Amino acid sequence: MTKKTRLLLKAAGCAGALLLALGVAAPAPARAEVRIDITKGVVEPLPIAITSFAGAGGREAQVGSDISKVVAADLERSGLFRPLDPKGFLQTPDQLRSGEPRYQDWRAVGAQALVAGNTTAMGDGRMKVDFRLWDVAAGQYMQGLSYTATADSWRRIAHIVADAIYKRLTGEEGYFDTRIVYVAESGPANARKKQLAIMDQDGENHQFLTDGKNLVLTPRFSPATQEITYMSYFNKKPRVYLFNIDSGRQEVLGDFVGMTFAPRFSPDGNKVVMSMAQNGNTDIYALDLRTRRQTQLTDSPGIDTGPSYSPDGQRIVFESDRGGSQQLYIMGADGSGQKRLTFGEGRYGTPVWSPRGDLIAFTRQRGSNFALGVIRPDGTGERILTESFHVEGPTWAPNGRVLSFFRDVPAGDGRGRSAKLYTIDVTGANERRVITPLDGSDPAWSPLIP
Amino acid sequence: MRIKYLSLIAAVALVAACETAPKDAGNANTTGGATQSSIRPGSQEDLVVNVGDRVFFGLDRYDLAPEARATLDRQASWLKQYPNVTVTVEGHADERGTREYNLALGERRANSVKNYLVAGGINTSRVKVISYGKEKPAVLGSNEASWAQNRRGVTVVD
Repeated sequence: MTKKTRLLLKAAGCAGALLLALGVAAPAPARAEVRIDITKGVVEPLPIAITSFAGAGGREAQVGSDISKVVAADLERSGLFRPLDPKGFLQTPDQLRSGEPRYQDWRAVGAQALVAGNTTAMGDGRMKVDFRLWDVAAGQYMQGLSYTATADSWRRIAHIVADAIYKRLTGEEGYFDTRIVYVAESGPANARKKQLAIMDQDGENHQFLTDGKNLVLTPRFSPATQEITYMSYFNKKPRVYLFNIDSGRQEVLGDFVGMTFAPRFSPDGNKVVMSMAQNGNTDIYALDLRTRRQTQLTDSPGIDTGPSYSPDGQRIVFESDRGGSQQLYIMGADGSGQKRLTFGEGRYGTPVWSPRGDLIAFTRQRGSNFALGVIRPDGTGERILTESFHVEGPTWAPNGRVLSFFRDVPAGDGRGRSAKLYTIDVTGANERRVITPLDGSDPAWSPLIP
Repeated sequence: MRIKYLSLIAAVALVAACETAPKDAGNANTTGGATQSSIRPGSQEDLVVNVGDRVFFGLDRYDLAPEARATLDRQASWLKQYPNVTVTVEGHADERGTREYNLALGERRANSVKNYLVAGGINTSRVKVISYGKEKPAVLGSNEASWAQNRRGVTVVD
């Protein structure tokens, strides 16, 4: 067994502490328990030096420089890393490319981890991007990886590099090589134009998917495929649709007599669960996308909506007012064993099961305020992440550590509104705006791009 | 266009007229400058001006208050007067609710209106329903008076 020193990020029992764990590492699986403790408070970000990925010169140099900036921006936005200003670096990227780090120079600038990279043209139109990661405090090499891709996909390469660094230093899967689909909003509040739009998780590569002629709501990403399910008022018939991002093909899902809404995919992407409203009653149905079979899962006289599968596909959390007010319930994926989950003061809606299964995010309405919170599937551990006049619609990053949501603020003149997208750490820390060209609502995070 | 213009004026006039509780019959008295003679009988404009096109609901409620029932009684009579007219009832909610719940709530409200009209003798095939949840507020503003105006069922001539 090779002995090596590992740099590990770990939040200690008390909030704010960061342990730099040095020692002889057991083989990786045995150390799988070393994780950032997501249930604890704010983690002090790790100072990391990211040098330019610029290669020998020419076009690659610019791309390489841009790649290192995107890597740094991704890591910074996570709230777990503090990229240092390259202006203060003592050792040049060229010296790093040809030799070993001078660790004392990196300790001098306060770095605990160091990243160097290189970008070279392959001659066939593709480029090769490689990077190396060092533990500065221990003076040890940690990891090196290499990627080949077409030059125009440099942003994806940067996100993939950032994911690799994030995973190596936190022990958790990254979430930077992902996209967010959402509803872009414009125009006055009583005649709002709403379009589906998609972008990288950092707001780049933004594009509109629909033209805004039809009201569209609540897009949701398939956890398994490049498909979106959403609700559209096309032809004044509010129905759930399936949208294939690659082909652009769209179709109505199911053959329902009433309005269908609140769709979400099953974890394998083979089913969509949704609500159907008819004669004043709303129930939950599952539609198998392969057989097109529709199965009714609830039949209470109340409003049953907001269904969301557990990541193993065995259970569904949903909201219902059957007990008098909106509360969360859990049932088997076949509708069996319906049981109330929340008993708190206020109204609970829009439950979303975390991709890692440990938590369910929700929107809570109490008095004049909305809040986003999480609760364990056994009903314990309820915790509020953020609260304001109007926050709604949580969605999980695929690693189950970060959420996105929207906040709606009435404009000062009382005649308009301003809806913006945000991300927030599951601890409630590190709330950040996601900058979009227009207003935004109903964000939905994609899985890691295959 | 003219119809929309009138509805808007009616809504604005309503807000000005009552800061607390909306009056269901309010639309009947606010003509926005239109004269009786210019209104085509059996049209949306006729419904808005002479009958009242909308009823209002309490917070998170979908039952019909006496004023709402009075408006719908007039709507039923009017629909009997024009047997070829079909309508769509739009159900709406205020902004103080989650999007999906409000879609379901709007559908409940639209069906309350439809059921009342059908019970009043209107053939069920003449009344369709659609819910817009909180997506199409009639009145802009984030206060009780605005929310009361937005929790509504609106009858629209097809």
